[in-house]
Amino acid sequence: MARPNRPEPEKKKPGEGSGKEDAIEVMATVVEPLPNAMFRVELENKHQVLAHISGKMRKNFIRILPGDRVAVELSPYDLTRGRIVYRYK
Amino acid sequence: MHRSGLIVWEALEKMRAMVRPGISTKDLDEFAEGFVAKSGGHPAFKGYRGYPGSVCTSINQEIVHGIPSASRKLREGDILSMDFGVEMEGYFADAALTVPVGSVKPEREKLLRVTRESLEHGIEKVRLGNRLGDVSSAVQQWVEKNGFSVVREFVGHGIGTRMHEDPQLPNYGQPGQGARLQEGMVLAIEPMVNAGRPAVRILDDEWTAVTADGSDSAHFEHTVAVTSNGPWILTRPDSAAGPVW
Repeated sequence: MARPNRPEPEKKKPGEGSGKEDAIEVMATVVEPLPNAMFRVELENKHQVLAHISGKMRKNFIRILPGDRVAVELSPYDLTRGRIVYRYK
Repeated sequence: MHRSGLIVWEALEKMRAMVRPGISTKDLDEFAEGFVAKSGGHPAFKGYRGYPGSVCTSINQEIVHGIPSASRKLREGDILSMDFGVEMEGYFADAALTVPVGSVKPEREKLLRVTRESLEHGIEKVRLGNRLGDVSSAVQQWVEKNGFSVVREFVGHGIGTRMHEDPQLPNYGQPGQGARLQEGMVLAIEPMVNAGRPAVRILDDEWTAVTADGSDSAHFEHTVAVTSNGPWILTRPDSAAGPVW
């Protein structure tokens, strides 16, 4: 019996490995600052998740205060943690 | 695996002798199922991903995986592909051939001959140190030189303790590409050759693959082991000589 032809799974290219492309980006509001540049943020769906600041934002000293509107990327694997990627003015 | 292969071979040879106008594809299926039960093996296709038959019977424009049916009777001039697999004591073997029903048009004769020869060219490349692409391209080149086309959607496969194992063995490829053949590897080499274009359509039964352009299609297959003495065809007796089917 012939086997259906399935292409080999594509190998990840270098720099594509972290899975950042798979993240879900959502709007959130900062609730409280936590140590180590972490924040508790509340998503639009009222869930509260633990979010850290993206490396790019940390490098450029983007300050984040409670009440700020931010964009958060959530990992599809762990929806209780996220990465703050943008602070809206 | 040779023991399960010999059951496959004997069943297919007996089915080949049964083929004549008027018998149904279900008759062949029931014969094969009875034969394998007596021999102490199990039909490998039955229930595989929900496949309902023991044999695949594919007529004319049907390429592979035709489901046997009592209402499907062979007619003079048809070409019939019979694909059969057996599991015995945990080991699988898989083979197929396409036969004429009565006398058939010369174009159909040629399709059968070229497809069988392409399998022989593929088997010839089963040598230590060759690569999968050498086998694939030998099949493809012989088919295309004779003005036919090879099916892309289905491929040959490794076989052993499961029916479908890695690697995939397409019937198209580049010489020198792909994994190297090593002693002890066993491959099901199965050219599926269309008289017209290579495109495939799957019927509503979710199994039967037909040519998209309605042209005829043929299918030959053997289970072949890689040995230091060259190819060892497990789905026929060692004493057999001449054409592979």
